Amino acid sequence: MKNGVGMVGLYVRDQDEAIDFYVNKLGFKVKNDVKNGDYRWLTVQHPEQPSFELGLFTPESPALDAGSVQALRELVAKGAMPPLVLIVDDCRAAYDRLRGRGVEFTQEPVERYGTVDAGFRDPSGNGWKMRQGRG
Amino acid sequence: MAAPGPPGYKNQVPQDPELLRRLLRAKDRIDAASHEEWPVRRLARVSAVSEAHFARSFKEAFGVPPHRYLLTRRIERATALLRDTDLGITEIAFKTGWRSTGTFGRTFRDVTGESPGELRARVRPATQALACVPVCILRAAHRPGLTIAVSEKRRQEACVKDEAEEGEVP
Repeated sequence: MKNGVGMVGLYVRDQDEAIDFYVNKLGFKVKNDVKNGDYRWLTVQHPEQPSFELGLFTPESPALDAGSVQALRELVAKGAMPPLVLIVDDCRAAYDRLRGRGVEFTQEPVERYGTVDAGFRDPSGNGWKMRQGRG
Repeated sequence: MAAPGPPGYKNQVPQDPELLRRLLRAKDRIDAASHEEWPVRRLARVSAVSEAHFARSFKEAFGVPPHRYLLTRRIERATALLRDTDLGITEIAFKTGWRSTGTFGRTFRDVTGESPGELRARVRPATQALACVPVCILRAAHRPGLTIAVSEKRRQEACVKDEAEEGEVP
């Protein structure tokens, strides 16, 4: 990829917990994990999507003021962050597999609009839609 | 001075994110099965808090008491079924968690301003292809706003009506 989106960041409540979820449960790989003092730049990558990184960041000071840190922690925990979509080749099989690993599903697989989708959340509260690719 | 935000925006007491995450679990359960009965006891158990604490914290977190949130999800489901299916109104009432069509019809009108039949007649011809938008997101977006209790809304509308009628007296 010469031009395009390389990374999108999510706020999570705890980066170690996020690694356990995105890597051990969802099957992403750690791409960058760089610590500098208290700051930690952490990104993961889908094994089939090498041009895109998902950043897993904690809202923290001094980059943000204390009020914003608290507000963001609350918003993430309330599920108020924007939706995320994971594409899978077989939604029902992925649902069984991920549920077996302890992923918290909010919606069982449902067939509609010519595809199948389910919903889950990461431990922090970020909501994912898991949708079967069309064809 | 900064413009005032929506009610409760700035002057809210901070809430514990760990508690909020557990309250979100109860909200997710309502979303997944709004046709089911969700007494506070059941929801409090999902969130692992006491019943009194649950009702208060849920309202603080999500801006509406849990029973009213449930009501708006049910109205949204009913609206979608009226729009997207050929199911009869009675069947839709029972499918979306009401025990009587009378209560359903009255509550539906109080919240949306029109009866289920009127809404169906109005929106069906206009239904457009929204297939590219994930359904759960659309549903959350179409949930009717309900900033006051239904009983309060009824009372206010009754007052307005009374005043209008009084005005017509010569």
